Amino acid sequence: MTAAPAVKDPKGKRASAPVKADALFHYVLALADDALILGHRLSEWSGRAPMLEEDIALSNLGLDLIGQARLFYAYAGEIEGRGRDEDALAYLRDEHAYANLLLVEQPNGDFAVTMVRHLLYAAFVHPYVQALQQSRDVRLAEIAAKAVKEMAYHVRHASEWVIRLGDGTEVSHGRAQTALEELWMYTGEMFTLPESERRLLERGIAPDRMAIKPAWDATLDRVLAEARMQRPADRWMQTGGRAGRHTEHLGHLLAEMQVLNRAHPGAKW
Amino acid sequence: MLTLEDLGVLRGVERREGRILVRLTPTYIGCPATLAIQLAVEAALAEAGLADARVETVLSPPWSTDQMSEAGRRKLEAFGIAPPNQDRSPRALFGQDTVACPKCGSTATVKISEFGSTACKALWRCEACAEPFDYFKCI
Repeated sequence: MTAAPAVKDPKGKRASAPVKADALFHYVLALADDALILGHRLSEWSGRAPMLEEDIALSNLGLDLIGQARLFYAYAGEIEGRGRDEDALAYLRDEHAYANLLLVEQPNGDFAVTMVRHLLYAAFVHPYVQALQQSRDVRLAEIAAKAVKEMAYHVRHASEWVIRLGDGTEVSHGRAQTALEELWMYTGEMFTLPESERRLLERGIAPDRMAIKPAWDATLDRVLAEARMQRPADRWMQTGGRAGRHTEHLGHLLAEMQVLNRAHPGAKW
Repeated sequence: MLTLEDLGVLRGVERREGRILVRLTPTYIGCPATLAIQLAVEAALAEAGLADARVETVLSPPWSTDQMSEAGRRKLEAFGIAPPNQDRSPRALFGQDTVACPKCGSTATVKISEFGSTACKALWRCEACAEPFDYFKCI
């Protein structure tokens, strides 16, 4: 059975033709992939962070993201209607079927890379889920309303660290600035509208990515100024993640994340 | 005993088509206790002879610390966990909050880490009695 997405009709007018389930499926899947891949990256810090409090913090941030991913995957599976559950979608898809942003699959690097990457992502996702709360898709609006408060904490935590590193020693400043410059070319993808998302935007289901940009700019400018860091000039941006064209890092991540489920199909523990 | 109702995660119990339906809502999306709570509720219902009862998870409206009862707040504090601040302004979410030590009541406290032993708690320390304590974060 193909689940018809529940769509709110704000002005009481008759809703026009339903959005293709396929476009909605891919949209929700991409939201799930972003959260899962970054959540997995953060989990790689468990037991290895620079100090105990930060170890716990990173695991908690990762849990928030994996929790969001589970809700999006479960919904995507229902939209698709082919019996794939959250585990099937997370563990049994190959690299080219993943639609996450290139930014979130980048390796943890040093602590500065992890924190700068997290700031770049969270400063986007927080206003994005704020906007998604107004989605005419009831289920997406509900998930967004849960995520929005959690993401406020993510922005705050990453901001505090970027400020501490950027405004810290010569070494920490240098590392934070280098991380920012190396990750910058992956930030454009957050504001690039995939063709399949256009109709969802017109129908009030997906927020306008470009409309999120001013809020992202404002957060970054405020944090970078306090961190005494230089915002890199906008230049050519690398994209492709949404279409399944990934950097070499995603395959390695998936190999580690999926190995248990693939070696023992259907295992429960 | 701190109950699910005290925490505000119990959204309702009703009889539907002759079966009991219990509706629960998670605190944080990724809270690992969500499943444990659901299983415990199912086990308790089965023990009470209601083996065909169902437990359903609802997301909307999202849980907030405002839904915790006054009794729940007092029980948390008695257990040694500072209850969430009731200041609902954005300032509270962004950390300008004053938290009283659940052990000695002093407000001379400092935050050690935003993220404590679970997603819903932060780690604080009391400067007066020198004890560390958990603070239930406002969401």
